Amino acid sequence: MKALWRSLTVVALLGLAAALLVAVLGLPPAPVKLAGEVATNLGASGVSHPVTAVLLNFRGYDTFLEVAVLIIALLGMLAAGLPPPPPTGSRNAMLPTLARLAVPLMVLAAVYLLWAGAFRPGGAFQAAAVLAAAAVLLHLAEILAPWPRDRRGPRLAIAGGFLLFLAIAAALLANGGLLRYPPEHAGLLIVLIESGLTVSLAVNLAAFFLLRADKT
Amino acid sequence: MSAGLIYAATGCLLFVLGLGGVLLLKALLRRILAFNLMGSGAFLVLVGLAQRDGTPDPVPQAMVLTGIVVAVAATALALTLARRWHALTGREDIARVGDAGSRARRMANDRRKVGR
Amino acid sequence: MTPLLDPLAWLILLPLLWATLAFLAADRHGPMLALAGIGGQLLCVIALAGDVASHGSIGHLAGGWAEPLGIRLVADGLSLVMLLLTQGVALTLALYARSYFSQATPPAFWPLTGFLLAGMNALFLSGDLFNLYVTLELVGLAAVGLVAAGGGAAQIAAALRYLLATLVGSGAYLFGVALIYGSYGTVSASLLGSLITSEAPLAVWLAGGLMLTGLLLKTALLPFHFWLPPAHGGAPAPVSALLSALVVKASFYLFLRLWLGPFAALSEALPALAQVPAALGATAILWGSWRAIRADRLKMLVAYSTVAQLGYLFLIFPLLGTGALALQAGILQATAHGLAKAAMFVAAGTLIKVGGSDRVLGVAGAAAHLPVSLFAFALAGVTLMGLPPSGGFLAKWLLIDAALAAGQPWIVVVALSGGLLAGIYVFRVLRLAFRRPTTHDDVPLPQRPAALLEWTAFALAAGSVLIGLGAAPLLALIAGVQP
Repeated sequence: MKALWRSLTVVALLGLAAALLVAVLGLPPAPVKLAGEVATNLGASGVSHPVTAVLLNFRGYDTFLEVAVLIIALLGMLAAGLPPPPPTGSRNAMLPTLARLAVPLMVLAAVYLLWAGAFRPGGAFQAAAVLAAAAVLLHLAEILAPWPRDRRGPRLAIAGGFLLFLAIAAALLANGGLLRYPPEHAGLLIVLIESGLTVSLAVNLAAFFLLRADKT
Repeated sequence: MSAGLIYAATGCLLFVLGLGGVLLLKALLRRILAFNLMGSGAFLVLVGLAQRDGTPDPVPQAMVLTGIVVAVAATALALTLARRWHALTGREDIARVGDAGSRARRMANDRRKVGR
Repeated sequence: MTPLLDPLAWLILLPLLWATLAFLAADRHGPMLALAGIGGQLLCVIALAGDVASHGSIGHLAGGWAEPLGIRLVADGLSLVMLLLTQGVALTLALYARSYFSQATPPAFWPLTGFLLAGMNALFLSGDLFNLYVTLELVGLAAVGLVAAGGGAAQIAAALRYLLATLVGSGAYLFGVALIYGSYGTVSASLLGSLITSEAPLAVWLAGGLMLTGLLLKTALLPFHFWLPPAHGGAPAPVSALLSALVVKASFYLFLRLWLGPFAALSEALPALAQVPAALGATAILWGSWRAIRADRLKMLVAYSTVAQLGYLFLIFPLLGTGALALQAGILQATAHGLAKAAMFVAAGTLIKVGGSDRVLGVAGAAAHLPVSLFAFALAGVTLMGLPPSGGFLAKWLLIDAALAAGQPWIVVVALSGGLLAGIYVFRVLRLAFRRPTTHDDVPLPQRPAALLEWTAFALAAGSVLIGLGAAPLLALIAGVQP
């Protein structure tokens, strides 16, 4: 019975794969071309890199909600119960040296990524990922201790960046729409949002590793 | 066949492979990885199909960046739950936990307790 | 009204704000923030209802960019009914939860609830298929977090099963969106409505199939219902109520929206397709009711009743083409079931909390010491059975009317037998409640619960009945929504 169900599933999946391939390979050209629209409006977006313009301006609302998704995942971890703190003293002797060497460079790389986002690939998420990796490295080297669940600092950092985004989104309602930047201030506001987000997202990502149950 | 179409076709195969993995595999970690494969497939189709005529389109690229962050969040939640599950039960899968026997036993107890 | 106080935008911003503040406050002041926030959201819906009543449909360009470059948010009658139901039920449940969790609130309960409501409101208001994907994930992940609350093995297993189901559902949805973008170069629902024709390429048909199937998985329509009973039956009562009354309705709403909007041309080109959700819905009604009748635990009974009642929502699809009745029946069923199921879970939560047993048999004797909760349970049962004058009665009446007009008598048979089966599982509980418990000698009489626990259940149940009497304004709101 179970074997029959499995083989039926495999057959159905193979059929789906074949249908998808036929559909994709025979697709006529799309009637709407958004790339042109992005290029036309890039000047009013406040940044010169088209992907950042879509991410923070044209579809900035998506980005706004996606930050909330990351916070939700962290809340899910808090709800399910935090893992116990790791045993100490088992670290590799090389790790602290490596961490002390690498972390300053990683912070530098993060700042560069944040700054570069305006005109070339980069931006808040990439910068935050590097920063979070630095925090995890420090944690593994036992230089950075785990965070207890009610530690105020990480919560403040995570909520702060998002609340800044929220405040800007709400304030711009006065300009006629959610996250509707006035073109002359768009660049500044986007930098402000991205800086806040870098801190918030970095701490959020790091918290998945560093938040540990209090020792009991 | 343009490069975009090759990516899109690969994306279709990855999506189906991932879907099959989530449906057919048992170990939680593998199923979480399989879910990520589904996502990667969707991302490849999103970007590849949109630029099948050769001109890059920043809109799907930005959507993929959003999608990646969402996938990271979902994966993080799935991993913390899987880890918690492992810590509580020592198990690596959530195949049906049969409690048919205990259910029958409890029913019998009730019949004794509440007079019919 | 000044643009700064745009109620449509604040319906999304306000829950995000109070949820973040509740997170920042580390579980202190949660109830206060939630009650103030949801109260504000309710005012926003009322303000928005005024606008929609006078203008028909309200649009809001996020970022100020028109489609296809930007994202358009839309409020019309259909989204408004869902928003009203969501804020109304959520406010009552927040009052209940404050009392229910008076000793210890599960960690992160309040912020997760806030983010869940933000995701639902954003979903009801979004007119962009990709943005809808993000809102689906907001709702899905927040709901999973709420199911995991408490962190026992049963909760974690239910949460994991729910998470995998919801992720596959949204993964299929996202893949469909990718195919749609590749086919048309836009994900705006309103633009796609005119772009998609019956001659659409195969990719669009596959996209439609994947997106709608993904949403069925999230709505737990049979045979995708497997994750629902453990998740809804195992969570704390306020969470069960939130999930069963509201969350599954969000993905149903999106299914309906896609069916009537972007994919209307496809469903009209192949009318036989509409029989698929209807047939699954019919099977869900029979199977879910059967399992509810046989359930061992009280909350599992209520959860299986949800599986059955969700089936009704999908009976409307073959009838949508023949007039406005079917849509009205579907929306009324969603609303009445939302209120009744919240009432039922909340009442069951009180019965279990006070009675000390989560078994169906544990309600024995409840009529004597928990009359209000039991009355709320019975009143909610009236709606589920579809007895007059409840909202469930009117919904089923409209459904049967539409089925007869469309010449689909089998839907009439299913709708009526579903009501009968609901009667069996509701009366199974009521009959026991009036029986004297045999253990009364050695167990002291349970303490009376806080009045709020009982009266919130009563308010929800009364709402589910009264909506049948006062459905006219509700139906007028969705009259403007054209299938």
